[in-house]
Amino acid sequence: MSKVRVLVGTRKGAFILTSDGKRQRWDVDGPHFAGWEIYHLKGSPADPNRLYASQSSGWSGQIIQRSNDGGKTWEAVGNKFAYEGVPGTHQWYDGTPHPWEFKRVWHLEPSLTDPETVYAGVEDAGLFLSNDGGQNWHELSGLRGHGSGPHWQPGAGGLCLHTIIQDTSNPERIFIAISAAGAFRTDDAGKTWRPINRGLHSQYIPDPTAEVGHCVHHIAMHRSRPSVLFMQKHWDVMRSDNAGDSWQEVSGNLPTDFGFAIDVHAHEPETIYVVPIKSDSEHFTPEGKLRVFRSRTGGNEWEALSKGLPQANCYVNVLRDAMAVDSLDKCGVYFGTTGGQVYSSSDAGDTWAPIVRDFPGVLSVEVQTLS
Amino acid sequence: MIRVELPAHLRGLAGISGEVQLDIQGPATQRSIVDALEARYPMLRGAIRDHITQKRQPFLRFFACGQDLSHEQPDTPLPDAVVSGAEPLLIIGAIAGG
Repeated sequence: MSKVRVLVGTRKGAFILTSDGKRQRWDVDGPHFAGWEIYHLKGSPADPNRLYASQSSGWSGQIIQRSNDGGKTWEAVGNKFAYEGVPGTHQWYDGTPHPWEFKRVWHLEPSLTDPETVYAGVEDAGLFLSNDGGQNWHELSGLRGHGSGPHWQPGAGGLCLHTIIQDTSNPERIFIAISAAGAFRTDDAGKTWRPINRGLHSQYIPDPTAEVGHCVHHIAMHRSRPSVLFMQKHWDVMRSDNAGDSWQEVSGNLPTDFGFAIDVHAHEPETIYVVPIKSDSEHFTPEGKLRVFRSRTGGNEWEALSKGLPQANCYVNVLRDAMAVDSLDKCGVYFGTTGGQVYSSSDAGDTWAPIVRDFPGVLSVEVQTLS
Repeated sequence: MIRVELPAHLRGLAGISGEVQLDIQGPATQRSIVDALEARYPMLRGAIRDHITQKRQPFLRFFACGQDLSHEQPDTPLPDAVVSGAEPLLIIGAIAGG
């Protein structure tokens, strides 16, 4: 019998939600690390009981936690994130040089094949790698050392590396995204990187088609088709059919193309999901309605999915790492809100129901499908 | 025997209930006490002072004997009452944020 485990990071702790394959009744476990911000937690595809969690607080900085039993017990592992060499500067909000300073881990991405190997995307933007289960971390400094690094500028949430995607067919290829530098790709396992932002158009930067400087909010990929990427940018939903070499807009008939979260159906590579947010100054759902939009055509043509979601007086946000899918048939879709609700759909988005309604603000949602 | 009180979030992280008691070899200073804490509770490394700069996390403060010692040099000897164990060294989380 299949099971689903939903890993939820919130502003005040982590929660683990489990259900059988019907996904109708849920057990809620937590809070783990009560009182701490959990920006992200994620399981290893190679060993589902191996989980990693990013735990942080304004008082005591960054902690990395690891579990070997699916989140029943945890141990703190290494939390020393030292930039390689002299860190140098990036741009501050006012355009002045600002020293590179580690603040927190936004995203943990376990290797597809080795439970001991895990990537960390951090603020100020950098990519770190551990090959010993999170005990020791070293920077893949070719990214930050890309010639454009001194020109990177933080988004409103900080200069954060928030998206890490491993190419399922080429272990040398990794995609990452940084707010507000843009998307980058390595084809040599992280030694060298190049920006992949051609086709992005951002009115809010001096050169709207610059090589870097775009506020990419999230990128999603279907594991069967790693050269096709979908992007939720600050404004605009984009797709690339050539591993990021170029992008075209697929916002189509969305009510607004601002947003954070984007994901791909587990079995239909052309079916994608976004949650439109009103604007960059009003980070909540338009018209007080919480709606997921689904495209079955890889973008451009979108349908609103609202059955079971609040359609009046709802003013929440869905953050970039707060949407995920399971791999059951039918595909389950999950997302969490800044208002503390976690919603699930066990029919690919046709209908929705809350798993919980009153968590702290949700920062991240990941799903494991267990056999 | 030096007594140290940690804020609740660090007691939870380290799995500590109540006060910590430490034997310090050599002078009792902020540095030697944090060294001893980190040696006994490795999960506290980086949580009281930064790994790289060794500076106190800015929203943690060191108090003892009714004084704020946060801005003392890390190798300044602590008050006699802390060294003797009559008073604890208080590591306190600032009242900041929700």
